[in-house]
Amino acid sequence: MAVIRDVMPAFDLLQPTTAADAQNLLQQHGSDAWVLAGGLDSFDWLKDRIRKPKVVVDLSGVDELRGIRPASDGGVEIGAMTTLTEVVRNPIIKERFGLLSEGAELAASPQIRNQGTLGGNVSQDARCHYYRAGWPCYRAGGNICYADTPEGRNREHAILGADRCVAVNPSDSAPALIALEAKFVIRSSKGERVVEAEDYFIGPGIDITRLNILKPGDLLTAIRIPATWAGAKFYFEKIRDRNVWDFALLNIAAAMKVSGGNIDAARIVVNGAAARPLRLMAVEDAIKGKPANAATGEMAGKLAVEGAVPLQFNAYKIPLMRNLVKRAIGGVEVATWA
Amino acid sequence: MGIVQWATSPFGQVVPIHIAWILIWVFAIAGLAFLVVHAIWARYFAAAEEFSGAPSAAVVATVPAEVPRHSFAARMFHWIMAASMLTLLVTAFLPKVGVRFPWVTYHWIAGAVLTVSIIFHIVHATFFMDFWAIWPDKEDIEDATRRLKRFMGQDAPAPRRFAKYPLENKMYHGAILLTGLAVIVTGVFMMFRVRTAFFPRNPYLFGDMTWGMMYVLHGLAGVSLIALIMIHIYFALRPEKLVITKSMVFGSMPKEYYLEHHDPERWTVEATTSKGASA
Repeated sequence: MAVIRDVMPAFDLLQPTTAADAQNLLQQHGSDAWVLAGGLDSFDWLKDRIRKPKVVVDLSGVDELRGIRPASDGGVEIGAMTTLTEVVRNPIIKERFGLLSEGAELAASPQIRNQGTLGGNVSQDARCHYYRAGWPCYRAGGNICYADTPEGRNREHAILGADRCVAVNPSDSAPALIALEAKFVIRSSKGERVVEAEDYFIGPGIDITRLNILKPGDLLTAIRIPATWAGAKFYFEKIRDRNVWDFALLNIAAAMKVSGGNIDAARIVVNGAAARPLRLMAVEDAIKGKPANAATGEMAGKLAVEGAVPLQFNAYKIPLMRNLVKRAIGGVEVATWA
Repeated sequence: MGIVQWATSPFGQVVPIHIAWILIWVFAIAGLAFLVVHAIWARYFAAAEEFSGAPSAAVVATVPAEVPRHSFAARMFHWIMAASMLTLLVTAFLPKVGVRFPWVTYHWIAGAVLTVSIIFHIVHATFFMDFWAIWPDKEDIEDATRRLKRFMGQDAPAPRRFAKYPLENKMYHGAILLTGLAVIVTGVFMMFRVRTAFFPRNPYLFGDMTWGMMYVLHGLAGVSLIALIMIHIYFALRPEKLVITKSMVFGSMPKEYYLEHHDPERWTVEATTSKGASA
């Protein structure tokens, strides 16, 4: 079981300086390799001695994976190793894609944002305490979910999309990136491929041991945000037990194009409700052409939680998600928390 | 590397969690090797079938042109079971070899279909068919001994013609029975671990060790079925067996094939010209 020993198991530390070298090393060592970005998720695993990789590929020396570059289409390309603080402070992102700024700024604490990277934030592993404690659950390759039991501690767990495992995705930047129609650039031995942000994340039905599509040998190199939603009406809200340094119980990212008070188009994404950030496509379709007001928000909130299955201790997430959707569409004042 | 994967439970107990997935390849390769060896043997080394005795002219005269072999109900059962079994194999093992899709729901639905079809088969075979036709009898053993001796070059009389099912069919049925029942019984209990339409989830129905053994048994029977199904499909497609395969589609086989391979005294058919309707 997990005992913090603070002394990591021995491994070979490899420090490439180019993305090509990094990918080659990952390819060479396959499932024996561990990708180290900011280290904030990694060091938990390593110091708890739950993950014992033979090789750690440290990306901190790969400069080409850092930085925020304007793209010719009016969007931006963000290197996977760009820190969350750099994302938050970047003027282009702040002005045109404020949704991501808000999401990134609400992640963890200032110190963690200084060290944590955007690539690491979207690729971090589940926070389920049973899984993180090293118990042999489904996600760890076993045959049981300890959280989805009558006695299980499952207050933070999934209400939608559960399939044996009920862990949720903990990222704050992921829903914002999906709402902004971002694309993830992945380098592998077969070359570079670009996937839609929402296709980067996978649920337990597809692969119960991963939260994203990265396989051994794959390297997330950059995230591209197109100009499509630049300057749209954005809404990001994160609900957590304490207002600093905590993972979301739920968060919501919404991008809407509104004209004459009516919603022309919208992308709404909730995280913390399932093992992957959930894009609420039924809600997006339902609110199209409708006024961005309380009534629409009310209808959308009810639609958003259809099919939700609460566990023993997380039924609160259903009204929470309903109200988050309502606030994202109608504004904070339409669904106060009092 | 063993055939079982172990883990330490939260209570410090070392328990099995499932089979080592390498066994998927072991059984697939074993099944393939059997097919290759059999195909080479059948093509280059197998002697022509030889049977002792021959049916009398009077008996031959009573045999219809198309001999009913499988009733409509029996054929429906076979193909429903085949579809569910193939679905189970595909949904169980493709994700393990890297083809990702949400397989669990398809898997338990196919498992439920298989379970219902097997229950139907047990009732149907017990009360509406010749129950003993599929079980090896004394004559099968004697004939198998004769064939083995002749294969080894020893002196032995030619075996008699088969009853409704050759011994190989009966042995295969026995193997499928064992593996099928193992996956069904363990699979029904495993449905308590996932959300289905049938039972409320109860992962604490058994202890970790019992659950682990159940997963291992389910896995072992499952990988065995990979090889067994490969072998079954191979024989179904072999030219000399196509008549039998067609009878599983259309219900009957030609009189000539029946008289050449089967003993009318051991498998009596009614003198009718209509197709189908036999057990």
